[in-house]
Formats: sequence, structure tokens, C-alpha cells
Amino acid sequence: MNTNAVVDIQKLWTVFGTAGRDFVIHKDLDLRIARDEILTLVGGSGTGKTVLLRQMLGLEQPAKGEITVLGQPAAQLGKQGAAARVGMLFQQGALFSAFTVLENIAFPLRELKTLPKALVHEAAMVKLQMVGLGPEHAHKMPSDLSGGMVKRVALARALIMDPPLLLLDEPTAGLDPESADTFCALLRSLHRDMELTVVMVTHDLDTLFELSTRVAVLAEQRVIVSGPPREVAAFDHPFIDTFFRGERGRRAMAPLRDTQAPERKPHGK
Amino acid sequence: MNPPTPRLDLQTTPQGVVAALQGQWTVAQLSRAAVWAPMARTLKTAVAQQPAGWDLTGLDQLDHLGAQCLWHHWGHQWPADLATTPSQRAVLERVATCGDAQTAPPPPARISLLAHALTQLGNGVAQAKDHASGMLQLVGQLVLDFGRLLRRPHDAPWRDVSGHLYRIGASALPITALLGALIGVVLAYLISQQLRQFGAGSFIVNILGISLVRELGPVLAAILIAGRSGSAITAQIGVMRVTEELDAMRVMGIAPGYRLVLPRALALAIAMPLISVWTTLAALLGGMVATQLATGIAPSFFIRALPEAVDVANLVLATSKSVVFGLVIALVGCHFGLRVKPNTQSLGQGTTASVVASITLVIMVNALFAVLFKSVGI
Repeated sequence: MNTNAVVDIQKLWTVFGTAGRDFVIHKDLDLRIARDEILTLVGGSGTGKTVLLRQMLGLEQPAKGEITVLGQPAAQLGKQGAAARVGMLFQQGALFSAFTVLENIAFPLRELKTLPKALVHEAAMVKLQMVGLGPEHAHKMPSDLSGGMVKRVALARALIMDPPLLLLDEPTAGLDPESADTFCALLRSLHRDMELTVVMVTHDLDTLFELSTRVAVLAEQRVIVSGPPREVAAFDHPFIDTFFRGERGRRAMAPLRDTQAPERKPHGK
Repeated sequence: MNPPTPRLDLQTTPQGVVAALQGQWTVAQLSRAAVWAPMARTLKTAVAQQPAGWDLTGLDQLDHLGAQCLWHHWGHQWPADLATTPSQRAVLERVATCGDAQTAPPPPARISLLAHALTQLGNGVAQAKDHASGMLQLVGQLVLDFGRLLRRPHDAPWRDVSGHLYRIGASALPITALLGALIGVVLAYLISQQLRQFGAGSFIVNILGISLVRELGPVLAAILIAGRSGSAITAQIGVMRVTEELDAMRVMGIAPGYRLVLPRALALAIAMPLISVWTTLAALLGGMVATQLATGIAPSFFIRALPEAVDVANLVLATSKSVVFGLVIALVGCHFGLRVKPNTQSLGQGTTASVVASITLVIMVNALFAVLFKSVGI
């Protein structure tokens, strides 16, 4: 067995049954994510990208197949101390509406009940500012935040324990271009310094090309191709055709072609 | 591989004492109770000795919390001589730059008890006024919508009305019947025992009949429906607020009052008197059976004596006040539902407040009816 794999998905079947009719979402899907990768999952609507993330977190059970995350079956992930193993950024943020921003971020740390209050407070403040929010937002309630701010607070909360694996569901959707750039820069530096493994679902081609070390395309109920963004973009498949080589795709890929840099080259400047 | 437990050793070198860090300085390790307490002490003594240098290169892992912990003990400044790897320095720098702006405003200051009480009172009054004007608006809107319904009955949301009639009325029949019958049984046993002491056993028909038909039947049914359907109405409309469905409706030019409030009010105004009669019948049946078991009074006598004991005016009064109860429950439910703010906490609070308010109002309205019509039917 490959010990280097952070996430190992083997022969995965996902079936949703509605009123007697079964929809097969994934069929014998295999995916292995190595340490230190930034993997982007792309695919059309309803190809089960978010479902796959939720299965990696053990929130949903596959019909068949095995998912191993950090050497454990995914179903056993939700035990105590899970926040130190996996961080998840939900599509809608999923902030606790009864807590302030700072309490939300500090929540996983505070639940450990060993670290002193001051340290937890400082650590949460650092994370808050790491995601680009000023200290003046610390005592706001989630309902007083804009959509972009909710996303950033949720990211800070996902990062509070510095987990080795970070799952992101549409991280830049709803962010303004500047925040999206800040987000990319932050993720890139974290990836460099912390050996972070990232699995991300996104439709934002700029983010995809800027961050991903690997892209996996979900279609026809499986991963049809995975590899560096440029290779995947050259693959011949109707979905990839429209996704990467459509109007938007060409624009996002333009810098890649100009510089001939293999990957992770800052662009647009 | 070194043990993962974080360690700090003071080493004497030609340049002086150097604090050398080892192990994994990560949150997973540091937050273990067995590790944190001794490590906090060790760090304190190490800092107190003012070592000539800090050596982090022996570390297996340093995360932001480990760095935070060091930075905290360094007194928020860089030590004179610090040996790190580039990525460790990056983590420390991130903590340092973000930590420098420790200008977080403190949480809102506590105010004195008196000021707090006064603010509470003021808020309460303002809120009560808010609720009153909101309810008034809702009632006014309902009257206008009802006028529209009468003028153009073809355009009315009849499908919604029938759906609510089924959900609020028909599906509540089993539970109301069960509870009504049980209350009837309890009352019959209680009253028959008291009456037997005076040798007035046959008056049980009068007492049971009047109390169940005039008061208990309608009120019991109304309280049950308030808990069952009032909360459902608030939750339905509240969820629509949270998910911005109400705004979507308004943008399409569909009046929420006409499509949401009117059908529910209409359905409850129709269903409530029917359920009230149904509950009363079930209670009388339960009472009749229990009376026979307790005192031996035959059901045939009970049925014959009932019309003489209970004037028809009582039934009219009970039915008409049930219509008012239904309207009150629907309006309170809709009122709290429409006031829900777009967050989940507000949804929960609104639903609770709605049930409490509608039950309170039902009992208050009932008392009002009792005072106003005290000479009718008795």
C-alpha cells in the first residue's frame, strides 16, 4: 500500500435512490491523492464533486468501495480531534450562527480545554488576519457578515488546527477578484510552508490554474483523466472541450500559454 | 525517528545557553493535557534564563499554534539569535505580522445592572409596540386580501387553502380525538366522585355537557392546533425568509400576504370550529363511557339529558369563538414567521415565541368571550 497517499479512494460506488429509481453517481471510481498535492476536482453539475468531498469526510457513506483518509477509513474520521486532521470549508461557510466570528474560529481549539484562553484568543486572531480580515470584525455575528467575509471566516476556522488535509468546496465562489487573489496567495504560502494537502472543488478557472498541481475531471461516473492542468486541458473529451477551451477557459489559460511555465506561475499582473 | 512529544532542552554551548526545540510543536501534540502543563512551565523557566539563542532547526514540525506559543513567550518580539529553517521562519513571521496588530477591540463593555434593566424594559416596550403594529398591519392586510378574494374568487389560491385544510384539519383528527376522549374520561371520574357525596349524581350530565361544549372542547382543540400548526406555519414562512424565498416572491410581484397569510387564515378559520366540535364530541363520548363505569348512569340517559342541560346557544358560542381562535393562531403564526431574520437562530426563537404567543392569546380571547357572553346560554 502506498503510504504516501493522503486520500485513497478505491472502487467507489455512489447511488442515490429516489422513489424506486436509482441514480448512479460514481461507478468504480478510483482516486489517489498524494501528500503535498493541490488537487482540483472539476466536472459538470451533478457529477458528484461535493458528494465525493462529503464522503472523504465520512459525512456520507458510499454504496460500495473504500475511502481511506490519512490511513484511516473515512467513516472513522469524525472522532475527537478530527479538526487537527482535516479542515473543511463548506460551500455556505457553515458558521455557527450563535457564536461571534472569533468564537467560531477558536471553537475547535477551545473544545480541547487544555490551552490557556489568551493563547487560543491570539491564535484565532492570527488566523483571522491571515485570511485578510481586520481585527474589527472579531466580535461580529455571522449574520452581520457579507458572503465573502463568511467564506473567509470559515476558512480561518478550517485552518485553526493547521490540519494536514484541507478540503475546499467552491472556495472562491462569491469572492471579489481581490479577495480571491488574497485567498490564492494565502493557500499557496500555506502549501509551501506547512506541507498542506488540498482537495478543492471549483469552477473558477483562474483559481484552478493558479493553485492546482493536479486536476481530476469527473465525468461518466468516474475520473476520466487526472494530471497537471495543461495536460488535462489538452485531453479530448466533450466536457473538457467546453470547460477549458470555451471562451472563459481560453482567457484563463492565456497566461499559461504565453509564459510556457509548467504550473503555478502567478499571472494577470 | 524522534518521539513526537515536543521538548525543549537548554544546551550549554561556547556562545552561551541555547534553547533547542525538538519534536512536533503542533496543536495536536501541545494540546494534550499531559504535554501542555509541563511544557508551559519549561518555556517559562527557559525564557526567564534569557538564553543566548533559540534553535528551532531540530524540530520535526512547527505549526501556527506552536509558533504562537513561542511568540507569546518571547513577549511578542524576535529573540536576538534565532536559528530556523525557511519554512519555520515563514510560519513565525506570519504569526508575528498578524499578531502585531493585536488591536482587537475588546468585547462590548459590561454595563451596570440598573442600566441593563432599563435597557431591557425599553427594548421590551419597543418590541411590544412593534409586535402590536405588525399584527395590526397583518389584520388590515388580511381584510383587504379577503375583499380581493370576494371580488375575484376565481383568482384566489384555492389549492393552497385546500392543502392547508388537509394538513391543519384532517390530519389533526386522530390526535385531537384521543386527547379529547381522555380529558372527558378524567373529568367524568373526578366529577362523579364529588357529586356522589351530595347525592346529585345525575347532574354530571349538566356539568360535563356545559364545561366540555362551551369551554374545554374549543380551548383544548385550539391549544393543540396552536402547538401543532401554529409552529408549523411560523417555521414554514421563517424558512422561506431564511432561504430568501419571500424576497423572490416579492420580486415576482406576488404578494406574500395574499399567497401565504390568506390561505392559512382561511383554512384555520374553517378547520378550527370543525376540529373543536370533533374534540367536544370525543370528550363527551369519553365522559359518557366513564360516567357509566363510575356511576352506572346509562349512555341512553346521558344522550337524552344532554340537550336539556346544554342550550344550543352554547354550541353557537363555542363554534364562533373557535373561528376567532383559528384566525388568531394563523395570524400569530404568520406574524412571527414574517419577522424571522435571515439566520437560523432567529428561526428557532420565532417558532418558540409563536407557540407561546398563540396559546396565550387563545386563552386571553377565551376569557374575553367568557366575560362578554356570561349571560348567554347558561
